[in-house]
Amino acid sequence: MTAGLEILLDKCVGCGACLSSCPTDALSLEGGKAVVSPSCTLCGMCVNSCPLDAIVLHHVIGGTSGLEGFSGIMVVAELRDGRPDRSTLELLGEARRLAGVNRRVTALLICAAPSDNPGTLVQYGADRVLTAAHPALAHYLTEPYAAVLLHAVRADRPEIVLAAATTQGRDLMPRVAKLLDTGLTADCTELGIDPETGLLMQTRPAFGGNIMATIVCDRTRPQMSTVRPGVMKKLEPDPSRRGVLENLTVTGSMTICRTSLEEFIPTGGSEVDLTEAEVIVSGGRGMKGPENYEMLHELAGLLGGSVGASRAAVDSGWIPYPRQVGQTGKTVQPKRYIAVGISGAVQHRVGMQSSDEIFAVNRDPDAPIFTFATHGFVGDLFEVIPALISEIKRRRS
Amino acid sequence: MKFVVAVKQVPDTAEVRIDHERGTLIRDGVPSILNPFDTYALEEALKWRDTLGGTVTVITMGPPQAEAVLTEAISMGADEGILLTDRAFAGSDTWATSHTIAEAVRKITGVDAVFCGKQAIDGDTAQTGPGIAASLDWPQVTFVGRVREMTDRSMVCERYVETGIQVLRVTLPAVITVLKDANVPRIPSLRGKMRARTFKPVAWGALDLGLTPGETGLEGSPTKVVTTATPEARAGGSIHRGTPGELASIMADLLLGREGTR
Ligand SMILES: Cc1cc2nc3c(=O)[nH]c(=O)nc-3n(C[C@H](O)[C@H](O)[C@H](O)COP(=O)(O)OP(=O)(O)OC[C@H]3O[C@@H](n4cnc5c(N)ncnc54)[C@H](O)[C@@H]3O)c2cc1C
Ligand SMILES: Nc1ncnc2c1ncn2[C@@H]1O[C@H](COP(=O)(O)O)[C@@H](O)[C@H]1O
Repeated sequence: MTAGLEILLDKCVGCGACLSSCPTDALSLEGGKAVVSPSCTLCGMCVNSCPLDAIVLHHVIGGTSGLEGFSGIMVVAELRDGRPDRSTLELLGEARRLAGVNRRVTALLICAAPSDNPGTLVQYGADRVLTAAHPALAHYLTEPYAAVLLHAVRADRPEIVLAAATTQGRDLMPRVAKLLDTGLTADCTELGIDPETGLLMQTRPAFGGNIMATIVCDRTRPQMSTVRPGVMKKLEPDPSRRGVLENLTVTGSMTICRTSLEEFIPTGGSEVDLTEAEVIVSGGRGMKGPENYEMLHELAGLLGGSVGASRAAVDSGWIPYPRQVGQTGKTVQPKRYIAVGISGAVQHRVGMQSSDEIFAVNRDPDAPIFTFATHGFVGDLFEVIPALISEIKRRRS
Repeated sequence: MKFVVAVKQVPDTAEVRIDHERGTLIRDGVPSILNPFDTYALEEALKWRDTLGGTVTVITMGPPQAEAVLTEAISMGADEGILLTDRAFAGSDTWATSHTIAEAVRKITGVDAVFCGKQAIDGDTAQTGPGIAASLDWPQVTFVGRVREMTDRSMVCERYVETGIQVLRVTLPAVITVLKDANVPRIPSLRGKMRARTFKPVAWGALDLGLTPGETGLEGSPTKVVTTATPEARAGGSIHRGTPGELASIMADLLLGREGTR
């Protein structure tokens, strides 16, 4: 069987359900059966659309030799001001969960000097820390980091390699995956191990968050994913955990780099990072203008939280981009998310739906946000929010 | 200078509707567009060509109708267009796509820089640019918010990261992926539109690129999609109506909990 899309003619009744699922218009009906035209990109979207299971996407089978001898999970740790950042801790928690009892979690620590505290990585779930230290690795630069990761993977042969879907992970991993001739799944929001095949099931949003696709890498090793920050749960740090510490020798050839850092301009401002906030008050297009965010700041202040926004508000220039929540902004999971004048489009929802409780204030009772908010309030935000602020103040005084 | 811009035709995901029951797209009436992020990559290449001289070649891999995005790029001012189309390319994941595009860049020869969009809005992977760079063994700079300067030997890019901006000098040839912040794409000119009207792209298939099935398309793709579903809908809770005062009081109860009844 060669790879391709097959319509099982004995099952197809020509209902046409598949036609509208095709992103490239490649399906049509001829003589009461679905037919595929050459513009098919084998994306597989039609397979699920068929009520009769008459569409099959044949992948190539076999070629599974050479998969032996890979074991364990490698997590690429990312440092911020010399310490593992939050996304690294989340990844370690997730890796530990996936690893169960019979896999080992190795954290790869790429840094300038070996002193960069491997203990934290162990407390959060690593069984082993592999430190690659060299002065040339003080800042993230693609080529030396890629050379080190490549070397570590070749030497260590992990079954799975995970990195955060940060600007570092999304730069490093695709380069290394290409050089290793293996698959990489971007920006995963869910990972699991298939109990039958042992394969890593990698789930991620596609088509603007409208579809969740589950992807496997079954013919090559390692299986690689970048994981969206803010989605996985980190473990409670356990100071009694013990781990193995090892060093990876960084040779001169690994530090060859055709890119040089001329300058680093840090972003100013010390407001609480949205991904760390326990309460977020977010304003959308319903806020009407930048001046009205003042009341959201006041409310957030009373509740000990931060202010977020929808893309519509960011695009209007009312609030800066780092405040944007959603598919192309940040993924957040506060205890309480208060959406004010936000309709709840899918691209916004994917960034905040794991919040413990969602509050929504919207004057349109049919706004999509009410279909998934924990507590919905139908009303005009310009009346409800000021009333809420004075109510909170009254109760506290 | 010889610049290549990789552009992709995508369904306008803002318009996409979903069939929750089956977990698939409802494409009816959803237009196919030039990936919005690629317009910034294109503008950046056009801008530097206008300053330094040279040519901009746009390249797309996709079904025959993907020619439309090349035509659009020509109307904006690109000089040449190459359509990578072949049944053998179908089903390519980002490994196979970047491998195939890299072969085309090799075939063009003498390219100084490849410009990609930050990501394509259908897949949102942002992996193709780094994959092309790896295949060609060229350096890469991703998430470029501004190209400060360019000579025939190097360029200086501002790379936007979580904590600030890395200012990086990269030697050419190189691959960069461009953010929306970089520029404001130009509107097609009258002259461009005239050229677009008679434009016919060069078309290359797997044979032209010397690619075997194991290197491209479904067979050459290490990853495969096993299932698609719609995002798990979070169940809605209670919905409150009333005067602003009543709503505020209920909200305060919920938000302050015990603190509020002290
Ligand atoms: C590829 C792609 C990526 C995207 N990424 C993101 C993303 O990361 N984040 C994001 O948020 N969006 C994103 N979007 C955009 C998303 O599709 C929506 O357009 C956006 O979320 C809408 O923002 P909004 O809810 O503020 O505005 P609208 O949809 O216009 O909703 C405004 C709401 O305010 C209500 N309202 C108005 N006035 C009042 C009032 N006085 N009192 C109470 N309620 C009022 C209205 O009833 C309405 O429901 C993306 C889109 C695409 C295509
Ligand atoms: N099929 C394709 N043809 C041409 N360019 C592509 C293709 N797929 C991806 N690209 C380029 O790679 C970028 C990132 O795409 P992606 O990795 O799919 O998110 C896009 O913005 C394009 O510049």
